[in-house]
Amino acid sequence: MNAQELLAIADDELILGWRNSEWTGIAPFLEEDVAFSSIAQNEIGHARALYQLVAAELGTTADELAFDRKPEEYRCSQFVELRLVPDWAKTIARHCLYEDADERRIKELIESDDPEVAGLAAKIDREEAYHRMHAQMWFERLQDVPQFQEALEELRPMVVERGEHLPEFEQLWEEMTEVRRSVAGATW
Amino acid sequence: MVTEERVWEALAEIPDPEIPPISIVDLGVVRGVTVSNGTVHVEFTPTFLGCPALEVMRDQMAGRIRELGAEPNVEVILDDSWSTDRITPAGREKLRQSGFAPPAPREAGGPQLVQLQSKAFKCPYCGSTETRLENIFGPTPCRSVRYCDSCRQPFEQFKTI
Repeated sequence: MNAQELLAIADDELILGWRNSEWTGIAPFLEEDVAFSSIAQNEIGHARALYQLVAAELGTTADELAFDRKPEEYRCSQFVELRLVPDWAKTIARHCLYEDADERRIKELIESDDPEVAGLAAKIDREEAYHRMHAQMWFERLQDVPQFQEALEELRPMVVERGEHLPEFEQLWEEMTEVRRSVAGATW
Repeated sequence: MVTEERVWEALAEIPDPEIPPISIVDLGVVRGVTVSNGTVHVEFTPTFLGCPALEVMRDQMAGRIRELGAEPNVEVILDDSWSTDRITPAGREKLRQSGFAPPAPREAGGPQLVQLQSKAFKCPYCGSTETRLENIFGPTPCRSVRYCDSCRQPFEQFKTI
């Protein structure tokens, strides 16, 4: 696994964590407010740990990778860039599709020859198990709802797409990096 | 001259920033301590990767080691070596007394939804297993929320990691 591939996974986790956090305070009910906030926190934690691995190899820092690149340098997929608030059916559809694809990717990393990558992937997988159970619970609840089925069909082809960023990614990047750009070199 | 034993004692006095009744040594996040030439090397294995308490724990460990007159070197180990199985028996008892249900042992194949939705989990207040899952997630990523149908009390259940 080379640094660029790990960076793509870290970017997916960071951006999806950011999108999930957009439900904090406005989810359809309190349990999901808590759940999506926790999932977002975990995903951003995974991104940080992956950035640390990549940063050690590239001679930079996790923060610089997360916040100091230009929008076009991020390698995340369009799938995680989509801003889905306030569409709950689509949000759950993305959650189910992402956790499924992410599981396969993490399991591959666990088999990596690099012990640091394999060790971190094993740790990430133990946390992701709870995201998958949460997605499974929602899948079972919504699987017969036409709105949810349509959302799955619409989003499924996007899971593997990479390349151009969506226009809404630029807005996310502006917001995500705003504080850091406003006070260059500050420590917190 | 600082000894490893003295360092372990000092670290055992640091409370978990989020659950103060339990120490970070009881929590099992200190994997190893070695002392050489006045430097104390601590292997720190984080709980959840996104846990905001990690920096606090790391800084507190470094602070305690400086108080002992040694130079700290706290290394964060980003692998799978922390598990809720590392929480000591004393730590588990302190959790239970504070109203947190201790984690179930780690099992091969990982946790399953059907298991979380079963009645295998005990209420920390009344000991009943008539409890149900309210939410896989809770106040922090390491906890779920359950409800006891016997004493009608919601409680926090540690996730098994």
